[in-house]
This record gives sequence, C-alpha cells and structure tokens, in this order.
Amino acid sequence: MNTPTYLDYGATTPIDRRVLSVMLPHLESTFGNPSSLHYWGQQAERVLDESRQTMAELMGALPSEIIFTSCGSESDNLALRGGALARREAAGCNRILISPIEHPAISNTAAQLATQNGFVIETLPVDSTGRILLEEMKIRLGADVALVSVMAANNEIGTLNPIPEIGSLCREHQIPFHSDAVQYGAHFPVDVSNLPVDMVSLGAHKFYGPKGIGALYVRSGTPLVPVQTGGSQEFGLRAATENVPLIAGMAKAFQLVQEEGSQRIQHLVPLRDKMIRDVLKNIPGSRLTGADPDSRLPNHASFVFEGLDGNLLIQVLDSEGYACSSGSACKTGDPKPSSVLTHLGYTPDWALGSLRVTLGKDTTRKAVSRFLEILPGCVQRVREADQ
Amino acid sequence: MNSDSAPRIVVGLSGGVDSSVAAALLKEEGWQVIGIMLRLWSEAGTLNRCCPPDAVIEARNIAQQLDIPFYVVDAKQAFYDAVVEPFIAGYASGLTPNPCLRCNRLIRWSFLRSRAKALNADKIATGHYARTKLLPNGIVQLLKNPDTEKDQSYFLHLLTQDDLLGTVFPLAELSKAEVRKLAREFSLPVADRPDSQDLCFVGQGDYRDFLRKSLPNALRPGPILNQDGEQLGEHTGLSDYTIGQRKGLGIAGPEPYYVIQKDIENNALVVGIKTELGRTKFYTHTTNWIAGSVSAEPFPAEIKIRYKSRPIPGLVTPLPDHQAGIILEEPAPDITPGQAGVFYQGQICLGGGTISLEES
Repeated sequence: MNTPTYLDYGATTPIDRRVLSVMLPHLESTFGNPSSLHYWGQQAERVLDESRQTMAELMGALPSEIIFTSCGSESDNLALRGGALARREAAGCNRILISPIEHPAISNTAAQLATQNGFVIETLPVDSTGRILLEEMKIRLGADVALVSVMAANNEIGTLNPIPEIGSLCREHQIPFHSDAVQYGAHFPVDVSNLPVDMVSLGAHKFYGPKGIGALYVRSGTPLVPVQTGGSQEFGLRAATENVPLIAGMAKAFQLVQEEGSQRIQHLVPLRDKMIRDVLKNIPGSRLTGADPDSRLPNHASFVFEGLDGNLLIQVLDSEGYACSSGSACKTGDPKPSSVLTHLGYTPDWALGSLRVTLGKDTTRKAVSRFLEILPGCVQRVREADQ
Repeated sequence: MNSDSAPRIVVGLSGGVDSSVAAALLKEEGWQVIGIMLRLWSEAGTLNRCCPPDAVIEARNIAQQLDIPFYVVDAKQAFYDAVVEPFIAGYASGLTPNPCLRCNRLIRWSFLRSRAKALNADKIATGHYARTKLLPNGIVQLLKNPDTEKDQSYFLHLLTQDDLLGTVFPLAELSKAEVRKLAREFSLPVADRPDSQDLCFVGQGDYRDFLRKSLPNALRPGPILNQDGEQLGEHTGLSDYTIGQRKGLGIAGPEPYYVIQKDIENNALVVGIKTELGRTKFYTHTTNWIAGSVSAEPFPAEIKIRYKSRPIPGLVTPLPDHQAGIILEEPAPDITPGQAGVFYQGQICLGGGTISLEES
C-alpha cells in the first residue's frame, strides 16, 4: 500500500527537519542537567536560556514569563488549576468561567476543580459557531470570578474567538484571563504585549515541533501556584529537570511559525476554501461546522453529514489512503456524539457523522483534489452500510 | 503489505488463535486484509465477553504484527436490537433462544458484510472451523470441518447463498492442532480465546439474573406437574429451567425427575422420570436451506439439536412456510424449543431451523 495522504495536521504534525537538526546535538553532547553547577550543566543551561529568550522575544514577553511544560494539556492544567487555587487564596473568589467548547484539558480540569475543590464552573454562552457572545459574557463577570479561560481557536470546529475583546472585558474586572492557543499559535503570531491575556498555552507538536513539549506564558504578577511540586525549575512553577532537546526544538519550530506563518497561511487558505466549497456543493446532507472561512483556522475544514457513521467514514477513508479524523471517532469503537457538536445543537443524527480535515504546509493541491474526488463516493458507501 | 490492486477482505479478529491464523493465511495468499473487531452490547457496568478490552489489545497486537489495518467497530445498538431483545422476548414466550445463532446471521454476517462493502472489500473471512465448496451449478455447499470436535458448521447453518459466496473460511479443514502449529510458524500467539461465548452480553451472574432484571413480570412461580397433571412442587419461573435439567428441581421421589416440557399456557413445568424423558418428533421453523431451496420429498439426514450434541439419524420432511418435520430414529432427551436443529448428510450441512414441538 502506498503511504496514505496525511490530512490530520490538527492532530499532530511531522517534525520539520530544521527543528530536528537543532535538537539532535542536545540529545547527545549537550546532555547536562541545566541545574548542575559544572561545565555540562552550564552548557545545557545556555541552551535553555537561549530557547526561553527566543520564545519570549517572539511573543513580546519577558523570559521569566515563559514556563516550559510537557505539552499543551499540561499548560492548560497549570493555568486553570494553579490559577484558580492561587486566586481563591489571594482574593477568595470561587467561580471559574470557561467556554463550552474547550479542549478536555480545560473542561475536565474544571470539572475536577468543581468536585474536588468546590469551585463553581460556569460555561459562557456561544453562538452557533462556538464563538463567545460578548454581551452575555459581560453580565457574568464580577469580583467573585477566579479565572476566565477561553480557547483562541477550537480544535474540532476551527472557530476563532475574539480574544482581544474577551481579554479587555476581563481586564475591566481585573480577572485573570487564560487562553488555550494550542491550535491558534500553530498558525498566528501571539504577541502578548498587544493582547490583554494573562496566560497562554502552546504545544510544539501542532507546529512541526516535537511531541512532549509545551509552554505556558504567564504575565508577571498573575496569581499562580505550581501544580507539579518539587525542585525550583521554571521559576518554581513547574518542578522537573528541563527537557533541553525538546525545548530547543520548540523554540526553533515557534520561530519558523513567525517567519513562515503568513506564507503557510497563503498556501493553506485556498486549499481549505476549495475543500469547504466542494464538499458542501457535491455532498448532499452536508454542513460546515464552526465559523465561516474568515473567522476559522486557516487549515481547518470540519463537516457533519446527516445519517452517517463518522467512525466508519474515517475507516473507509483510511482504507482509501487518506488520514482524517472525526469528533466522534475513537479507536475503542465506542462512539459518542462530540460534546462540542451536541452543545452547538446538532442532533446525534448529524453529530455522529462528523469529519475533520486539517491541512498542512506540505499538503498539495493535487492531494486535496484527489481527496475531493473520492470523498462523495465514500460518504455514499458509508450511508448505504447503515441502511 | 500486499499491493493496492489485490482483492480486499475483512477478517473478524477476536484476539484468539483461530482468527489470527485465518488472517495470516489470507495475507499469505495475497489478499489485502483488513482486521475488524465488533464491539457488542453488554449489560450496564459489565464487559461483553466476546470483546473485552484485553481481547481488543490482543487483536490489535496481532494486526500490528501482520501489518494490516485494524478497526474496532461499534455494533452495540445493532447487537441489542438483533440479538438481546429477541433473546429476552424468546424467553418471555417460553423458548430457550440461542443468541449466537442470531448474532452470526445478523451481526457477524449482515452487519459485518455491510461494513466490508463500505470498505470496498469483496469478501469477509472468519476463523470458523468449516468449509465451503462451489459446485459446478453455482451453488455453494457448506461442509463440516473433519475434526468433529471443532466443527462449527452448526452455527453457520443459517447463512444464505449470498453470505456463503461472500465468505472465506481460511481454516477450512485444518484441525486445531494444525492451526496451533501454523500460529507458531507465523509467530502468532497460540492462546485460545474461548469460542463464541454463549450469552456474552450477560454480566457476572448467570442468564437467570439477567432475565429477572429484564422480565420482572414474566418470571412467575407456578406448579411443577408430572405427565398426569399431578402437582409435585413449585417452580420459580419457567425461564429458570432447561429441558432435560435434573438438578435444582427441589422435588423428592423414588427416582430422579427431569424437566420434560414447559407448558407456557398454564405456567407449569412438566417433569418426569428418565424413561419419560426424550422425544423423537419435532419441527423446525424459519428453516434455512443452504442450497436456497429443497425438494418437498422427505429425506434421511443426521440431525444435531445442539452444538455439542451427537448427530442422530432421522427423517426430515420439508413443509410449507419454511418449516420441516423431523422424526429421529432414537429419542433425544433434550430437544429444546428455541435452539436450532441442523441437518447433515455426511459432511454436507443441508440447513436447519428453530426447534418447535408443534407445526405452526
């Protein structure tokens, strides 16, 4: 079988060769522990400091505001749990506001903060594309809110949120604002000097960096206690020997996003728009989920098909040589309609038939065309199987 | 991996030795093999014993080793509708249904074949010990596996000609020992998963507890009667008993009593001593003839009334409305309405149907 065509860049991306070559020496020669006092430790610490410096400069932040973690999910955990607990200690506030379409790293952490720590979790109203309704949000803010967390771009439906406006509202009430930018930061610059956000989560493997490394931007003065305790690494906010090779790889990959981002977007947007246009035109009973092209991720096309088993569609596409994903697909054969689509009002008949196609910098126009040629037939066959 | 142009086949993997050897043999023959495991319904809070998580892991490991794609497919609702509900309904009407039979026809064949079709696979394959033979007239015969201990044609008697044409049984005439040997040669795990798990969807208790929960009103105590209608005791609910059962009747007598019949109309359990047990005459309903049809003439056959029972010679008379009348040459003690009666002539499986004591 030929290598299948990868159309699942929202799940993860292949590592960029330039990133890999930055990492390799640190796996071998610069192996020291950055906390060690000697030569080896100092060599490693230099790489760590330089990487942190790079991240900070590219984000308009101070190096001391960059906390390296093991992934986007860990960044979310630290921001939400560490932020909520610190705020309650400092100001006694007990409410956490999140959007209803957060990644499980936020929604499940919030659920645990409710059951184990007694926080009250409220979800903010959104429109039919998952976008926060600012007027509705405004009336829910108050001095008793510990933290607001709203993702910058949704992984499943691609919708972008009005982060500057949300941040400004939080500022008015002096409420710390966290944004999960794991998907957003893979495409767009995140300049915190111009953005009213206090914490931002990033994950390197969404932008051609290695897996197992993420970062949390934490604005100076934001209340935060560590979630992982131990040594005093990462300014006392995240104990663990720093993973120097992965950190160096993340900094390089992030640098490439800033340098090549607009070029990549120029490449992606026409392909994505063709994808959306052709699917809606050629496949009966199809709908775009999430926002219109002008306010969604540049590589992201997500659909629901009426009366179709999304899990089977992914299998059929895989057997045809195309790797995509579905909000409801799961490898254990236990599909449930996605909570995001359910929240947005899709009935199971639609929500179970979801398809996410996420493109990457190496996706060719030819691959997209070929995919669009076979997709209607695959959808047809899957629908027939359910009858 | 075999080439893209090779014909595609879907193999039902269970994680056990039989289906993995079947998959390996197909791969060796040049098929493009796709492994699928079906997730079946089970009682809330319990695992279905045909597809528990460890079996999924085993099957996935085998697929990885064979370098074939592997998918777990949700069939829970379809299984509930096709197998569990009729199982409950069958007991409610006094039958002792065999859920594996419906599962084979409607889930392991119809459902899986519809998935295979969507995957552009021409055929499906399973690790059953049985054979098919394409006759010159285009009819596919279903044949026993020569290893009578392992032969599983009993479970396949309800497949249609279309099912059989669309199915490959790679184990065909191999014996269990040969399959184990092949597994070693392919470096596959040789461990067995228990065959089709009867009542795989019932939790830790047994099916009686499951039925009590599912049919709270249907399990009513009633009289235990002898053949003359004299009451000997009280039963706890007809579904708690099977034909031929001796233990647990709670009635004393000079000789042990056996369950002979369930009298649904009067909610009575009819018992008798050993010499009263057994009958020679019964019918099958919804009879499937493997060849598609059968002449109306009575014919001699060997009849199996349970998977593990010995074939008994007898005469089969095809009747209208997919029925058949059966007269055995010697009485069988446990002819159980709801189970399947399957007819053979030598190695050939001619078909079978659901046992009933009456013509409808």
